[in-house]
Amino acid sequence: MSHSELAARVAKVIAKTQKIPEESVTLEKTFADLKIDSLDGINILFALEEEFQIEIPDEAAEKIRSVREMVEGLEKLMGGKAAQEGA
Amino acid sequence: MMERRVAVTGIGVVSAFGDTFGEFWKGVASGRSGIRPMTPAFRSALRFANAAEAAQFDARSHFEEKQIDYLDRFAQFAVVAAREAVKSSGLKISGELGRRTAVVTGSSAGGQGTEDQNFYNLYALKHTRFSPLIIPRVMGNAGASIISSEFGIGGPVYTVSTACSSANHAIGQAFWMVRSGVVDVALAGGSEAPFSMGLLKSWEALRVVSPDTCRPFSRDRRGLILGEGAGIVVLEALEAARARGAPVWGEIAGFGMSSDGHHLTQPLAEGAASAMRAALADAGIAPEAIGYINAHGTGTFSNDATECQAIREVFGAHAERLLVSSTKSMHGHALGAAGALEAAATLAALRSGTIPPTANFTSPDPACDLDVVPNHPRPAEIEWALSNSFAFGGLNAVLAFRSASAGR
Repeated sequence: MSHSELAARVAKVIAKTQKIPEESVTLEKTFADLKIDSLDGINILFALEEEFQIEIPDEAAEKIRSVREMVEGLEKLMGGKAAQEGA
Repeated sequence: MMERRVAVTGIGVVSAFGDTFGEFWKGVASGRSGIRPMTPAFRSALRFANAAEAAQFDARSHFEEKQIDYLDRFAQFAVVAAREAVKSSGLKISGELGRRTAVVTGSSAGGQGTEDQNFYNLYALKHTRFSPLIIPRVMGNAGASIISSEFGIGGPVYTVSTACSSANHAIGQAFWMVRSGVVDVALAGGSEAPFSMGLLKSWEALRVVSPDTCRPFSRDRRGLILGEGAGIVVLEALEAARARGAPVWGEIAGFGMSSDGHHLTQPLAEGAASAMRAALADAGIAPEAIGYINAHGTGTFSNDATECQAIREVFGAHAERLLVSSTKSMHGHALGAAGALEAAATLAALRSGTIPPTANFTSPDPACDLDVVPNHPRPAEIEWALSNSFAFGGLNAVLAFRSASAGR
């Protein structure tokens, strides 16, 4: 999956969960910009796990404060998963 | 410190009659029953077919889409009723007043509808993943907490759960807090949304739900009819309410509690009588002052006879002069919200001089030989009234009300 494809899918999940327009969810937005509080954040993690069929560990999720960090974190997580599957 | 008199300055109701207090009172005051055939999915799987569901309630007309995901139906009801109550009171709650304001809600089952649906997903559909929103939706205090944050209320906020007495316990404690000066304002009441398959099957198993309708005090009564909704009242010191020119629906003047200490489901007249006596004593009035009792009146064989016996014990010869009606015959038994709906009905009855009837009444039962205001509303100017709630588990809570026009 390309970076932009992943970013688009993440934006879609966040928009759907937060009930906000998809175009408002851009990479440079922080969670604070998007009024995503801690409970919203956990709900988004749940939705992303569903979307990508992965498990996001608590420690990977804790520090994420922006859409970009979310996309990058997922890339790292899924890259790792892919590498494991390849091994 | 001198105890204050406590006025009700705002009322909000969600019920089978609609999402407002006005629609509720219009239905109840005219003796019209809100009991109708249940949602078909429920009807086909149960031995009872009718209920007082708030079928008209559309969460989308009250909440933004995202908030609906975060709130169970029972909490939505509480918030909608609180908004109406606060709006009608004309009170602006913010800053220091917010810190001097309490919210006390009652609910028997909380967000059980959310639990029911998600546990079905787990056990039957074998879903392995659970939404993080389940816990905050299910918690019994969800309604109270959202009301607190929506109105900037920072005083005592909590929820009581005493089955069918929940709302009366909630209103009674809030009343005491305002009367004693612990807070200046309180939003109090209850909410319930019991219509999930799991809970309905549980009620069915108890064999207390009527197969047709709710006929309190009738010889051929066959049980209760489940209802849902919310009622919230705004309480404040009478003097302060008058000073700001607030609408005064009436006063809450007394609160009494007792426990049967007897049985999980079988009521005891002694316990009910003791709670009524405690409410009268708390209000500082003699039994003879009471003109109307909004009965617990569930329509079960056991409750109605026991309640009438308790009323006779407390009121003696004066029982003959009492008007006693059960509005559950119209708005159903809303469990943890019941006392709140009945407080709304009682306050409106005192203010309007119209006593709501016991609907669906057929023939008198010698075990319930009081004036139960059968089927037709009764004009009556009454100063003092009681509203009874007697819960499973033997927990009794009785409120005493005084009409707004009295005792100026």
